[in-house]
Amino acid sequence: MSGRSKGATGWLLSAPALILLVLAASGPLLIVAVYSVLEKGDYSGVRWILSGDGWFNVLFQRDIFDQTVGLADANLSIFWRSVKLSIATTIITFAFGLPTAWFIATRPAKSRAIWLFLITIPFWTNLLIRTFAIMEVIRNQGLLNTFLIWTGAISEPIQILYTDTAVLIGMAYVYLPLMVLPLYAAIDRFDFRLIEAGYDLYASRWQVLRGVILPIIRPGIVAGSILVFIPSLGAYVTPRVLGGGKNMMIGNFIELQFGQGQNWPLGAALSTVLLLIVLGSLLVYTRVTSKDDPRG
Amino acid sequence: MADKKRAFDVTTLPGFTAIAIMAFVLLYAPIITLVIYSFNGGNSVSQWGGFSLQWYVVAWNNEAVQDATARSLIIAVWAAVISTTVATMAALGTTRRGRFKGQTVIYVIINQPLMVPEIVTAVALPIFFSSVKVATGYSGLGYLILAHSAFCIPFAYLPIKARLEGMDTTMETAAADLYATPWQTFRYVTLPLLLPGVIAGAMLAFIISLDNVIITEFVKSAGQDTLPTYMLGQLRRALTPEVNAISTALLALTVLILTVFFFVTKKRD
Repeated sequence: MSGRSKGATGWLLSAPALILLVLAASGPLLIVAVYSVLEKGDYSGVRWILSGDGWFNVLFQRDIFDQTVGLADANLSIFWRSVKLSIATTIITFAFGLPTAWFIATRPAKSRAIWLFLITIPFWTNLLIRTFAIMEVIRNQGLLNTFLIWTGAISEPIQILYTDTAVLIGMAYVYLPLMVLPLYAAIDRFDFRLIEAGYDLYASRWQVLRGVILPIIRPGIVAGSILVFIPSLGAYVTPRVLGGGKNMMIGNFIELQFGQGQNWPLGAALSTVLLLIVLGSLLVYTRVTSKDDPRG
Repeated sequence: MADKKRAFDVTTLPGFTAIAIMAFVLLYAPIITLVIYSFNGGNSVSQWGGFSLQWYVVAWNNEAVQDATARSLIIAVWAAVISTTVATMAALGTTRRGRFKGQTVIYVIINQPLMVPEIVTAVALPIFFSSVKVATGYSGLGYLILAHSAFCIPFAYLPIKARLEGMDTTMETAAADLYATPWQTFRYVTLPLLLPGVIAGAMLAFIISLDNVIITEFVKSAGQDTLPTYMLGQLRRALTPEVNAISTALLALTVLILTVFFFVTKKRD
């Protein structure tokens, strides 16, 4: 087959999938990009007039009375909360994920498949069900508070639900498998003789971890961190259910603009910001992993 | 090597096993609690009132739940069939025939639903669909099926592609040498060999569609609740173990499908 016909067949066979995806996945992104530079409609929607207001309103606001320009504090606090909670989620999932992945990878071949399956079940379980499960644990009359009161550690239930802590616990809980799986894949390829070599050269356990293990499994660490960070930043269900109405993240803020906020251009601009952050993370990821690739 | 006794096992790191066990306990404790309370005789999600199946009966007889279940299954079956069909074609087109121009573009578009935050797609889709609705007057389940099918494509594509990459081409070459037409080669050689990958892909697509919340919540018209969006609506009200019962049923279905998946994909080793 010549190069040209190979390419033609490839495109032809991929065409139905591509058409569906352009209609219902790529197309919408284009709509978002275009709407972000249009003028806001009276109630909702847009007017087809070019305007920078959508982007302007991401960071700034104009006073309705004297037209002075100031920073939009409410928006900034939502961005800050989103970034803060997403980074914290990534760190927590890594702290639990690395030992878990290590544990699975060092099991005998037979039981390893079962441990891996145990990580995969929550991964494929409905996100809403998992969020709901964690909600029942942390609510005032839930398992956690009941247990703490029973042990005498506290006398009154602690209000966790509908706080940032609840969102953080929920996100760490639902995204943990996304950290464990790529870490496992990296550790699984790890040559354990290198550890032996490290100990033979009088390295301490800490030195072996820092100097041998972590550098070698770095692509897995980067992959896991990005797989957790991206959905955390764009999270919608978990903050909505566990954070209540007040503790919004970017995802909920975007929805608000397309709903009650009736500011579609702002919502579209916020969506574009989110997309750009995702794109940036993915570029960092390809950079880091291609550098680690011995083939250059 | 196995029977060689070492002073200590080099693969153990201090504290790792304890943290790993804790992680598994933390992962499963909430899910197990949720399942236990679905069998609660009382009407609280945290106060135990004896064992009973009453909430399963309540959910079973709830017309809204029946409708949502039927709708979820219809959409998931369509989405699985459509996404698996187009993903199989795309996998055949992009695997084992060498690199061609624009292949990376195809990969990026196919994997897009895995990378783009779902909320962005979810707010933009109704803008597109509402203009189609005005133009055609059609307001059925087709929009949800289309959105789900597109979203499920990468999940169906990845296992099929993995299977194709692991298959060697000698059988197909042999068929072609014996004057089989390309269609006959595909129908009687490639497809049967590829089947485990296709089944695996279809099952993942089915689960992904069945579980989808965000896109469904935004794209659905009034009265088009699926099970997850019905549950999301319930979470705003006073909770009864009915939600636990529905969750447990969905969970059981997911575990069942995953177990089948586990065995289908394991056989190839």
